[in-house]
Amino acid sequence: MPSHILIRNGTVLDPGRYHGPGDVLIEGPVIKAVGRDLPVSLRSPRSLLTIDATGLLVVPGLIDLHVHLREPGFEYKETIETGTMAAVAGGFTSVCCMPNTNPVNDNQAVTDFIRAKAAAAGKARVFPIGAITKGSQGKELADIGELVEAGCVAISDDGRPVMDSSIMRRAMEYARAFDVPVVDHCEDLHLTTRGCMNEGLVSTQLGIPGMPNAAEDVMVARNLALAELTGAKLHLAHISTAGSVRLIREAKARGLAVTAEACPHHFTLTDEATKTFDTNAKMNPPLRTSGDVDAIKDGLADGTIDVIATDHAPHAVQEKQLEFDAAPFGIVGLETALPLTLALVDDGILTLETALRKLTVEAARVFGLKKGTLAPGADADVVIIDPAREWTVDVSRFYSKGRNTPFASWRMRGKAVKTIVAGKLVYEAD
Amino acid sequence: MGLKRKDLLDVASLSAEDIHLILETADSFKEVSGREIKKVPALRGKTVVNLFFEPSTRTRTSFELAAKRLSADVINFSPSTSSIVKGETLLDTARNIESMQADIIVLRHPSPGAAETLARGVRSSVINAGDGCHEHPTQALLDLFTIRQRKAHLAGLCVVIVGDIAHSRVARSNIYALTKMGATVRVAAPPTMIPLYLDRLGVSVFFDLDRALEGADVVMMLRLQLERLGQAYLPSIREYARLYGLTAERMKRAKPDALVMHPGPLNRGVEIAPEVADSGAAVILDQVANGVAVRMGLMYLLSGG
Repeated sequence: MPSHILIRNGTVLDPGRYHGPGDVLIEGPVIKAVGRDLPVSLRSPRSLLTIDATGLLVVPGLIDLHVHLREPGFEYKETIETGTMAAVAGGFTSVCCMPNTNPVNDNQAVTDFIRAKAAAAGKARVFPIGAITKGSQGKELADIGELVEAGCVAISDDGRPVMDSSIMRRAMEYARAFDVPVVDHCEDLHLTTRGCMNEGLVSTQLGIPGMPNAAEDVMVARNLALAELTGAKLHLAHISTAGSVRLIREAKARGLAVTAEACPHHFTLTDEATKTFDTNAKMNPPLRTSGDVDAIKDGLADGTIDVIATDHAPHAVQEKQLEFDAAPFGIVGLETALPLTLALVDDGILTLETALRKLTVEAARVFGLKKGTLAPGADADVVIIDPAREWTVDVSRFYSKGRNTPFASWRMRGKAVKTIVAGKLVYEAD
Repeated sequence: MGLKRKDLLDVASLSAEDIHLILETADSFKEVSGREIKKVPALRGKTVVNLFFEPSTRTRTSFELAAKRLSADVINFSPSTSSIVKGETLLDTARNIESMQADIIVLRHPSPGAAETLARGVRSSVINAGDGCHEHPTQALLDLFTIRQRKAHLAGLCVVIVGDIAHSRVARSNIYALTKMGATVRVAAPPTMIPLYLDRLGVSVFFDLDRALEGADVVMMLRLQLERLGQAYLPSIREYARLYGLTAERMKRAKPDALVMHPGPLNRGVEIAPEVADSGAAVILDQVANGVAVRMGLMYLLSGG
């Protein structure tokens, strides 16, 4: 394996730093230089792998702040190995995994286990997210200090939102000592009891119990108020409603330290996708209406929503074959996020640079990761993207164990063709 | 002209012509149930499976009778639990049944969309006999059939549906069916029982039953599910009965020849007063009798008749 890589003749897009034709030279695990016509002296001919990136984009490796890798405990849905392979195939070199495993990642041992498994897999880097409360039961704080010490980059009870506002307050206060963001899945569980999809015209037509926008909005409002009270870093996961976007925009205008993410499915699909009772259109938060989709796009464009994250949530085929109300929430996202984000560029919603910022440098900033840049000396995590490549989503070819996507058979444009992590080529498209 | 479809899953996807055809066909089978030998050979050699995941006596019996009067072989299969509990998927259960050469599967299931999921996975015709709060198409068809017996046309009639619309598959199917046939539909219920954007289905919404009943041609009462009490949809049965129960006094606001309907079973004294249920205006037992004819017509059409 050559220890140096030279990526030549591509369009380098290092958001906020450089956008133009150029070469990228990688020496061992770090970026050595970026620029046009790099001096030949830097090229070590004996161990140099040269990649011709003519017509391709060369970008910092993508970062996903929100994935479920399912291990430990649910290896039949996904493992750290298959999940991180899906990540690099989708252009992601770093993923942050939610703690709702079994056991829950609420202690150092689980964090250590996840990091060891990720290192052994040798694909994408994995940054664990620790639990807010023990067992994500919402009652007692987890050992947040130890979790951070072990390598957790944020805390969240994703999937089991902290309903008790007083516990959430204490968690936000306590997290300040370690400067980690508190991530919340905003859902008032009392308002979504038995709910399976967005509450609106479609749920009325189908007779499916609904989950109103208000269930998200009230928790966003609560969390913003608590962030103001405590001074905590608050990150709001998978924002899906127009009301949330409005609340976050207003909070940011007042200078609150809040950040937010949106998922590709929430800016691509509406609840009309559930009309055939397709369980692959069932996720939480649910697909909303076109008004919400437009608000998410506006929020992405004006910076209210900082980051695009996938909420990659693999499930086994037999689980999604259940009746609509019995099937679990969630879809896979790592292998489709990039083209769905690039579609926003084609549609004139985001510039190419803004779109890629939300998958790289912005994501790194939100969780304080030293990632998302091609600056000399940075970790050599790089993705080479063919923005013009058209392909059809074939779930049988996913690297993820999950096949649960509403985008099966979609025509996509844009694909990661080579992914480099720590100076190693870990993925190459056919 | 046949019904150009494999299954009957909902009313939402039926055209007015489809509905008309089913009602006309049912009409021709109505007479069979009055004969001394109540049987025709239309489905001889065919197998109909009643697959009921929810307890039901009247709907299952009605389908069974309909199939038998068409000379089909009928199997009743009532798994006590759905796949949530049992671990076997609905599709696996149905494929097992299909391997027994079932021509028609009649499905009653607590999950909305269960019939559609099933229909996609099997070659047999599927008839939805109620899927969660989604639809109960044969109930709506037999309701239309019953109204048509008494009123010359469905178009132009004013039909009031009273009760828990949010959780009623009967209401949904009837709203779709009646609006497609040109009737005016009003619904009356406490706001907790009106789902979001119901007006966009082409109905007018009333919280005051007395106002809704003004000039009505048909009043369709829904059964109150008593478990809704614990979920804060209602303060008490007493208050519901007082505000939304159909009494003889209230019926005076409807047209003098107005019909009273109920899909059964009745909560006498709750949504319907006994003197109304037993009055000449009530066609509740006609609904039951017509259910057999409508289901005969439907099964005949789906089996290529």
